[in-house]
Amino acid sequence: MNLSNSTLIDKAIILVLAMLTVALLLAFFRLVRGPTLPDRVIALDTIAILAVGIIAVYTIAMNQPVFLDAATILALVVFLGTVAFARYLEKRGRQ
Amino acid sequence: MREILCVVLMVIGGLFMLLAALGIVRMPDLFTRMQASTKAATLGVSCTLFASAVYFGELGITTRALATIVFFLITSPIAAHMIGRAAYFIGVPLWEGTIIDQLSGRYDPFTHLLEGPPRNPEKVEPASKEH
Repeated sequence: MNLSNSTLIDKAIILVLAMLTVALLLAFFRLVRGPTLPDRVIALDTIAILAVGIIAVYTIAMNQPVFLDAATILALVVFLGTVAFARYLEKRGRQ
Repeated sequence: MREILCVVLMVIGGLFMLLAALGIVRMPDLFTRMQASTKAATLGVSCTLFASAVYFGELGITTRALATIVFFLITSPIAAHMIGRAAYFIGVPLWEGTIIDQLSGRYDPFTHLLEGPPRNPEKVEPASKEH
């Protein structure tokens, strides 16, 4: 994308993608550092939600609405993953 | 007009997702982090999906985006509830500034069932004494 003669929506896409990248880095920091396992689980959950947001912005940037299906499937898989993590964490019990 | 609405929704969504990630890094304990990530990130991703629905403005795409938004609105409280419940049972420490923990001592540690009537909130000792 050429920034010098781009439209408003192109600038907004660059801005939002930059913000989402910073947010991904922050969530990744919590994933690495997280003192407990549930901290890491919610960091993973947030990373996946941010990925869905990036896909939604990417559909606008590339003018390709097909990618929205990928966003839906990613949301589904992430919910199942988080629920499975929570179930097994609770089953494992107090350390 | 549609482009301006799309830009506004996209920027709001990006800001809320950035705030969610900032909350995950800056909040003091698991439960506050969890509420930051769940609520702000859900609002942010709903805004960006809605922006793509506004940008394309076709029935099929709008339906898909709205279905994803509704799915997020249904599932993210369930996921947050399950993670919070599991974290409470495995004994994740609360923030030392926590004023009240109304659940302390009310769960059976083995069967994970609630027991007894709700206690008087004034009589519950602060959670900071327990760990």
